[in-house]
Amino acid sequence: MIKKCLLSVSFFSLIVLSGCNLVVLNPTGDVAAQQGDLIIYATVLMLIVIIPVLTLTVFFALKYRAANEARYEPDWDHSVSLEIVIWAVPLAIIICLAGLTWVATHRLDPYADLTRISETKPVDPNVTPLQVQVVAMDWKWLFIYPEYDIATVNEMATIVDRPVEFKLTSTTVMNAFYVPDMVGMIYAMAGMETELNGVLNEPGTFEGFASHYSGDGFSQMRFDVHALDQRGFDAWVAQARGTPQMLDRETFVELDAPTKGHPVTFYSAVEEDMWERILNMCVGEDDLCMHDMMMVDAMGGGGLEGLYNRELYRGLCTADDPAALFAILRPDLSNRMSEIEAAIALLPPQHDALSSATSQVRGN
Amino acid sequence: MATFTETAAGHSSDASATVHWFWGKLGWDIFPFYDPLIFGTFIMTMILAVSVAGLVLYKGWLPYLWREWLTSVDHKKIGIMYMILAVVMLVRGFADAVIMRVHQALASAGILELLPSYHYDQLFTVHGVIMIFFVAMPFITGFMNYIMPLQIGARDVAFPFLNNFSFWLTMSGAVLIMISLFVGEFAATGWLAFPPLSGLEFSPGVGMDYYLWSLNIAGIGTTLSGINLIVTIVKMRAPGMTWMRLPIFTWSSLVTNILIVASFPVLTATLALLTADRYLGTHFFTNEMGGNPMMYINLIWIWGHPEVYILIMPIFGIFSEIVPTFARKRLFGYASMVYALCVIMILSYLVWLHHFFTMGAGADVNSFFGITTMIISIPTGAKLFNWLFTMYKGRIEFELPMMWTLAFMVTFTIGGMTGVLLAVPPADYVLHNSLFLVAHFHNVIIGGVVFGVFAGITYWWPKAFGFHMDKFWGKVSLFGWVVGFYLAFMPLYILGLMGVTRRLSQFEDTFYAGYFFAAALGVGLIGLGVIAFIIQIAVSIKNRDKLACGGDPWNGRTLEWSTSSPPPYYNFAFSPRVYALDAWHHMKEHGATAPKDGFVPIHMPKNTASGIVISSFMTVMGFALIWHVWWLAALGFAASLAWGIGHTFNYNRDYYVPANQVAEIERANISPAE
Repeated sequence: MIKKCLLSVSFFSLIVLSGCNLVVLNPTGDVAAQQGDLIIYATVLMLIVIIPVLTLTVFFALKYRAANEARYEPDWDHSVSLEIVIWAVPLAIIICLAGLTWVATHRLDPYADLTRISETKPVDPNVTPLQVQVVAMDWKWLFIYPEYDIATVNEMATIVDRPVEFKLTSTTVMNAFYVPDMVGMIYAMAGMETELNGVLNEPGTFEGFASHYSGDGFSQMRFDVHALDQRGFDAWVAQARGTPQMLDRETFVELDAPTKGHPVTFYSAVEEDMWERILNMCVGEDDLCMHDMMMVDAMGGGGLEGLYNRELYRGLCTADDPAALFAILRPDLSNRMSEIEAAIALLPPQHDALSSATSQVRGN
Repeated sequence: MATFTETAAGHSSDASATVHWFWGKLGWDIFPFYDPLIFGTFIMTMILAVSVAGLVLYKGWLPYLWREWLTSVDHKKIGIMYMILAVVMLVRGFADAVIMRVHQALASAGILELLPSYHYDQLFTVHGVIMIFFVAMPFITGFMNYIMPLQIGARDVAFPFLNNFSFWLTMSGAVLIMISLFVGEFAATGWLAFPPLSGLEFSPGVGMDYYLWSLNIAGIGTTLSGINLIVTIVKMRAPGMTWMRLPIFTWSSLVTNILIVASFPVLTATLALLTADRYLGTHFFTNEMGGNPMMYINLIWIWGHPEVYILIMPIFGIFSEIVPTFARKRLFGYASMVYALCVIMILSYLVWLHHFFTMGAGADVNSFFGITTMIISIPTGAKLFNWLFTMYKGRIEFELPMMWTLAFMVTFTIGGMTGVLLAVPPADYVLHNSLFLVAHFHNVIIGGVVFGVFAGITYWWPKAFGFHMDKFWGKVSLFGWVVGFYLAFMPLYILGLMGVTRRLSQFEDTFYAGYFFAAALGVGLIGLGVIAFIIQIAVSIKNRDKLACGGDPWNGRTLEWSTSSPPPYYNFAFSPRVYALDAWHHMKEHGATAPKDGFVPIHMPKNTASGIVISSFMTVMGFALIWHVWWLAALGFAASLAWGIGHTFNYNRDYYVPANQVAEIERANISPAE
């Protein structure tokens, strides 16, 4: 009966597979295609051991059924050579698969810059990746294009064959950003920045969506991705620039309120430092930026040391000149330089200004 | 940060609702009058509950139930109560699955959205929580409770009262979950309740609190039961039962309980921190104030991955008992089976990160956890081969347990393959959170745990009740489950490859409808399997005289088959002496007979009401905490503590079964060895 089931299932899957679009196995984008190929390689590798197991199960069950009266050895329970095979064959396959995994995971690291556009085309060193900053909100996606100073909601566009570098964050719960035709998913989390690199190799409109459950409006968190040629993309940017509204802090706070099925929206300009503020969760008027809070904490925070200086950092948001600030706050701390350095090392690495701050303080 | 408005909170209860000093958050709006579906279920359940309670009272069964079951410390009765709890909760969890499948089929075809997303989100959450914590866990705990002491020749577990108490704590958690169906709401966060979604800011309602208190209370029960069973195996084995003569199911129980004791405290601590976030205003897992949700996700999977093996390893044990029995042959590679179990136990702690490769860890970290995950498939594969070579040169009899075993071997192998596939990080980037993932874990949990549970039930039912299970309805159930499983989940694999995400309640186009309809049909077939199983029980009980059997109906190999069916409450009149692996088989081969005289009094534990009473107080405490009725919570806590302390002063907790009574029972149960 089980055999029959299997046969009918595989037959059934053959019929249905032939008629459908398995986007995960046949995506348009080069990175997703490599990830899809990996599924096939790994499956084939595993079938080396899976098929014998399935066959043997059915074969032994039939051959050694009581009615068949095949050879019967009730006390045979051990065979060194068989046990070596039992452990060694899966081990050998896992070693191959592990090698494949190690290489593929490093080659397809979502954080690494692309090294090729497609199988035949390497990346042109003169072309920089298209920067797209992605914000997961309840329940919509905001895309900021820093190069073009525009922003869009629930729609994005890329240029065919130009690598795209996504920076992802969230203003709310955890989410995942996924465009199956382009590249696998990566989580977007509030107060954190994750990264994803991909490319679309053919013009067209593709589907993107939230792939991590995020509450009530999760099912409608979908957007279109347009892969355009340079001229089409410029027209798309021009269309965004032509809209009246811009994305300033006030608009952002309004946009951030939970909505379901938010319409596609364009913003002709983006207020300066918007991404930094989103990442540090301080777009709202009264919010203290996380990096400032961390700096305050590093210098004593709400403790006695911090109380001593609280007037100095009240109202502080972006630390334009951290070195000078540090020198004002704690000139007496030069003997505790190592501790402070350790504390500052915990800050996000992109704040190069801070490391120069430490070196300047040390100079004092 | 934007705060959530009613759009997110859904209905009735939100955090800003005033808390009355006496009633807490309770009010008339807690009952689901607004939803005819839930309210109808509520009425039906109430009618059913009242009629069952009425029947029990009318027939005067209550004293019997109280004396012989609810207060019992007999590991066999507690084991059976675990199984009953699991079957009841299976029906509940399965009903949720049916509604979800019907909803997705109709919604994907654009016919009808049966449920609002808010209700649908609760459904998939409660389905997961119930199936893992209140179906799979009670099933395996039930098996370990019933079978393991019999297999090692013990008269009970090491701490009989603690065993009863553990059961009632699990029951307490189940009761709270069932209450949430009708009073208030349940969490709409997914079964592991990832913050920040499960935090106060995004889930202000009582649903998350039901989740937390139900699992907090049940989790304590599981941990205590784990300690109890480890001590039983280590200290109470029959003389002569050395480690390498331990039946393989007992080995799997030992390994499982070590995992439970080592991992459930992690769950308790994690949920305690989240509870503190929700009740005390701490910021362990919030977005702001230095909270870190990634910490929760790591912690919960450090429990969650071993949990997967906690579920499957006793099942491996069950199959390792069934295959030799029905192949009429010794288990192939006993030693390597034991080592495989131990290796899996250790490795299961080194793989948790594969549940979130997509969080953005570096390639080195992801590869490490991907490869450790693949390594687990080696001992698991070795176990499969060992079962295969146990069948090799055997005389296989296709009784129901063996049929379930074969269905398992085929299905689980496929599930294992897709699991290894998901362990390749770049493949996981495109398959994670998709229906492919959903299909994979149902493939191993249904094809592994559920098939194993049914194999175990049909195998040990004659031992527990003294009669066989009906074979015809058993085959119908097997057919429904196996064919239904493939029909329900193969389309989900395909949908996953088409890029469809899990947990969707609304669909933009009707492209996927065919697959969702196939899946719904499959669930219908599984429903046939569930109903056939219940009919099978009823028919078996009705025909129990015709199906009656002796102590050793399968010609078994381990000690539980040396007792009568059902075993006497003291299990063994004399501690059996063990000279070999498969002790009972060895005894039969050497013509050992049960002693007919020389019986001595047997020292036994007395029943106690403390377990059910303390757990009732804890249920009240949990309910009060959920609804912020602080005085009642304090009262419930104080009462359970006071009763617990009072129980320690009860010195009248054991008795001796007189020798002549033992002799009488033993003569009535003519030993099957003769």
